[in-house]
Amino acid sequence: MNAMLAVIRRDLLVAMRCKTEVLTALFFFVIVTSLFPLGIGPEPALLRKIAPGVLWVAALLATMLGLHRMFAADHADGTLEQMALSPAPLALLVAGKIVSHWLVSGLPLVLMAPILGIQFDLDAGALGVLMLALLLGTPLLSLIGAIGAALTLGVRGGGVLLSLLVLPLYVPALIFGAGAVQAQMAGLDVGGHLSLLAALLALAAFFAPWATTAALRIALE
Amino acid sequence: MNNRVINWFRFASPSSFYPIAGKMIPWFWLLAAVFGAAGLWLSFFVAPTDAVQGEGYRIIFIHVPASWMSMFIYVVMAGWAGLGLALNARLSGMMAQALAPTGALMAFLSLWTGAFWGKPMWGTWWVWDARLTSELILFFLYLGFIALQAAIDDPRRADKAGAILVLVGVVNVPVIYFSVKWWNTLHQGSSVSMTKAPSMAMTMLWGMLLMALCFWMYSIAVALMRVRAIMLERERHTEWVKQLAEVKP
Repeated sequence: MNAMLAVIRRDLLVAMRCKTEVLTALFFFVIVTSLFPLGIGPEPALLRKIAPGVLWVAALLATMLGLHRMFAADHADGTLEQMALSPAPLALLVAGKIVSHWLVSGLPLVLMAPILGIQFDLDAGALGVLMLALLLGTPLLSLIGAIGAALTLGVRGGGVLLSLLVLPLYVPALIFGAGAVQAQMAGLDVGGHLSLLAALLALAAFFAPWATTAALRIALE
Repeated sequence: MNNRVINWFRFASPSSFYPIAGKMIPWFWLLAAVFGAAGLWLSFFVAPTDAVQGEGYRIIFIHVPASWMSMFIYVVMAGWAGLGLALNARLSGMMAQALAPTGALMAFLSLWTGAFWGKPMWGTWWVWDARLTSELILFFLYLGFIALQAAIDDPRRADKAGAILVLVGVVNVPVIYFSVKWWNTLHQGSSVSMTKAPSMAMTMLWGMLLMALCFWMYSIAVALMRVRAIMLERERHTEWVKQLAEVKP
């Protein structure tokens, strides 16, 4: 557990020393969501209707931006091999890297989402559900994305390939995440959507670090 | 007594599987042709015109077997992938790689014929129906697998990376299907339902089953041909390949 915390602390430190990487994904999220009203028109009823989908799709794409960097730098300078050789289980260290990726690229999106939601004329209840759904959903995106990042490590055209592999697997998160906000806006119960999102998160939290570790070991062979 | 038991692991080696596959391929082609001829005859000349859908319904004789095969091939690929990771057998990765294009083709055929069927029946090429959407995502999963295999130069690494991707995908396929289905009912999208179609006549069912068998045999034959090509490509430096009659100059 200490090893995992050490990995988280180190990755956060590295991210803070190079803030542009953190801010790029966040600004991407802000800019993409701000483009939609410009393209579609400022009609509040229409914006309210598309808001959950637009915010969620933008969150998926913003998460994708930082994914290929999750292991790339460590792979390039040999840190990853040292991690694989360390006495602590690699899956635990990988879990630490996933947690730090979420803290750097997922959590800012969660915190930024309500402000962007106001742009789309969402009410307070919908904003709360949006935040809660993103809070459950963005770790799921980091977990599934880590598998793709490990599989495409050091591969030709890794970035584009990564999105091809990972985006189809994001479909359930998108459906339940955006669905929760839409259900809240339609006055329906949001518990079902959020429970399913949490169930997916629990499943992924168990299996994804393991699958990522297997993929990393293949890449290191 | 023991020598009557076939040692299946012997065939995990490309050098012993290559000639066996070569011998099996004509038989599977023959079966595909026989089943295909019977199925097409039954579906075009024997099966009656549908009272509601007219002649257009005959598309399902291609559409349904293609959909079945697209899903089944993905599961078979996952089986090979799991076997490959567990036993570290070279053949498994080659089989998974050989099956992927056929699976993608079946998924594409299923979407394409589905659009042709949807236009006269539903009045639209495409609806965001649960089955259509999940078939589309399955097609994307196939493309992702093929792209990943193509991007990695080292074949052993490509096999293993692909195997993990397929296993992750096969866990996700039911989740995707149910999420899309639920999303569809939530949105109250189209009121179209394929499950409410009128019950099928016996000849139609037979036509469909024969066509499914034909597709099955075709997939096996094509996958075996492709796996032989992959074997030759990967093992071109080995002695057994150089000894092959078709390779010798």
